Amino acid sequence: MQSQNGDPRSAAKPRKTTVGRRNFLKSAGAGAAALVTGSTAAEAQQQQQVAQATRPTTPLMTKEAEGVTPTDIRVLENQRPGSDFMVDVIKSLGFEYVCANPGSSFRSLHESLLNYGGNKSPEFITCCHEESSVAMAHGYFKIEGKPLLVLAHGTVGLQHASMAIYNAWCDRVPLFIVLGNTLDLTLRRPGAEWAHSVQDAAAMVRDYVKWDDSPTSLQHFSESAVRAYKTAMTVPRAPVLLVADLGLQEGGVKDEKALHIPKTILPTYPAGDAEAIADTARILVNADFPVIVADRCARTPNGIKLLLELAELLQAAVIDPGIRMNFPSRHPLNQTERRNAALANADVVLGLELGDFWGTVNNYQDVLVRHSTPITKPGTKMISITSGDLFIHSNYQDFQRLPEVDIAIAADAEETLPSLIEACRKLVTGDRKRAYEARGKKLADARLAALASARDEATYAWDASPVSTARMAAEIWNVIKDEDWSLLSDTEHFSRWPLRLWDFTKHHQYIGGQGGAGIGYGAPAAAGAALANRKYGRLSVTIQDDGDLMYAPGILWTTAHHKIPLLSVMHNNRGYHQELMHVQRVANEHQRGVANITAGLTINNPPIDYAAVAKGMGVFSRGPIVNPNDLGPALRAAVDVVKKGEPALIDVVTQPR
Amino acid sequence: MGTGFSLYGRAQLDRENVVKRILATGLAAAAIACVPAVAQEGGNAERGKRLFTEDGCYQCHGYQGQGGGAGPRIAPRPATSGIQYIRKPTGVMPPYTVNALPDKDLADIRAFLGTIKAPPPVKSIPLLNQ
Repeated sequence: MQSQNGDPRSAAKPRKTTVGRRNFLKSAGAGAAALVTGSTAAEAQQQQQVAQATRPTTPLMTKEAEGVTPTDIRVLENQRPGSDFMVDVIKSLGFEYVCANPGSSFRSLHESLLNYGGNKSPEFITCCHEESSVAMAHGYFKIEGKPLLVLAHGTVGLQHASMAIYNAWCDRVPLFIVLGNTLDLTLRRPGAEWAHSVQDAAAMVRDYVKWDDSPTSLQHFSESAVRAYKTAMTVPRAPVLLVADLGLQEGGVKDEKALHIPKTILPTYPAGDAEAIADTARILVNADFPVIVADRCARTPNGIKLLLELAELLQAAVIDPGIRMNFPSRHPLNQTERRNAALANADVVLGLELGDFWGTVNNYQDVLVRHSTPITKPGTKMISITSGDLFIHSNYQDFQRLPEVDIAIAADAEETLPSLIEACRKLVTGDRKRAYEARGKKLADARLAALASARDEATYAWDASPVSTARMAAEIWNVIKDEDWSLLSDTEHFSRWPLRLWDFTKHHQYIGGQGGAGIGYGAPAAAGAALANRKYGRLSVTIQDDGDLMYAPGILWTTAHHKIPLLSVMHNNRGYHQELMHVQRVANEHQRGVANITAGLTINNPPIDYAAVAKGMGVFSRGPIVNPNDLGPALRAAVDVVKKGEPALIDVVTQPR
Repeated sequence: MGTGFSLYGRAQLDRENVVKRILATGLAAAAIACVPAVAQEGGNAERGKRLFTEDGCYQCHGYQGQGGGAGPRIAPRPATSGIQYIRKPTGVMPPYTVNALPDKDLADIRAFLGTIKAPPPVKSIPLLNQ
């Protein structure tokens, strides 16, 4: 009989009714006895011999085969498939969407999501590549603050997805991934299903997921799904992975009463130790020039408010490197544009969820003999508040150099800020306030000067063709500034112009980049973030690198198909420009010049017409734009389309950076 | 776990320091003394424009030498880049030895950079005043 949870692999006795889909095909072809499961080894061997002896000589599912009346066609009666229960579990976790490229190893779960789950909460998002599925989830989380579901084959799908998972790992973004797999070899179709089966599906990515499991019963799936969700959402947050065995998916639920879905209660965020906070407050309050570096600090909009409160209380310089939106870009205390000058003057550096503290306070020279020099003065106090200290893995080296900090508070920075602010407030005297005011005035002057300098620099090559990246950023700002906008791309590849010129104030206005510098993230992450923004009516915009889009351009179709309003402005410099500069560096170090180094580094001859690509995918498009004066009107037309709920793409042929 | 890092060093965030470093070393002045005779007489700007692309200068400095996240502005005041600095840079710039970039080519590039006109003032561009 079948096990309580419906898993035919654990049935006590052989029984034909547990054979399922395999039985149908074989019996249809041969009209013979089907394979059985759960038998002893001797019985299994005997049955295998019988099965071989009666193996059909005509191919399955041919006209001839279909003409044979099956003797034991089976459908599930009086019980529902295990995958329905999996959908119950999935719904309990509150996923809004499920991103996937279809795969037979999760076909039953796919069907249950549509027919049993009604394709709502989660709603299916059709992706053309598993890397896109995962990157969409990555971008979605950074806007919505909760994971969406990703489905993939446990083998080829996960292989496609792996780079995107690594990006999320590095970026501390929780993903919830369910893999299809057929562990029981007797349930595998000959051919592809063997190639799509794996003994330990998660092994491939275990170095960069936080937790995984391969449940062997439906109740096991239920508990592990809830555990996985809680683990993913506990700081430091990271991807998790769960295997949905095909036998569990397709087998029937025998005993509904035996199944239970645990409550999903997320753990609270860890706050810093009181004594360490008191020490930190004392150092900050008495500092001559404290500098706060906020990296992945603001988990929520409240994180920005708290950081503002601390910085304004102390009139401290703030550096926001551009990994998340932590601090208003035009705030007088924002010293990001003169980052190293501020750090060189610091007597205290406070790192808030700072992923690379060492790299922040040291200047590393990428020259033939690599070397580094400290940016900060000797004796500068270093204080770290990060949940990153709570969990690392060893193999992949994304944890960076070990910073020699004076106080290390292993806690969530946003959660710790209220007590740190309070501790500082108690220590601030009238004398200190007067000193702070003077310091704040200087910082405000420096911020204004930096903005003026950025605007001045933007004038150079203003009318150039290819279009300067400063001009492109200014033109985009002009058409979005009066909307509830959200920039969904990193800015490193175009000289950080948006962060230098635009007025960022809200949490959703910037989400940073890949995390692991894995290319192919940009377009799908923007699509996922725009999907999250859609219900809030925000104008989503991304400045899209050409090389990044070409990894999996099918994401354009996904945005069109699902009506994801997203304005993509191509930063089309027709090359893998980052790598071009790297090869240029070593060519010069080898004293061979760079005249012959473009092979493998440019995306030209023919140049790609991204507007045509987008049009072919059902996306409104304009371009290629080479005259900067044509950009404004094209952007306005595109914004009109996006505001109506559709994606649009403007192809801009740009300067390299 | 993760971090946020620039893919090309931290040149993007070190703009102020890079420029200061160049100026502080006095290379701008020294460069003029080191410029080969052909450059002092004015190189071939047209050829220099081509070389500016072929030799990869545009990759960090832009097609008009306007600068950006990967390299400072070098036009329309090319002297600030400094010949000596190009040969033996102290910052993130890769070195261009005479084998990679002969003096004549450098002079022509310099001549090209000299042809680039000053941009319009910020005040005249509404998009940069909002």
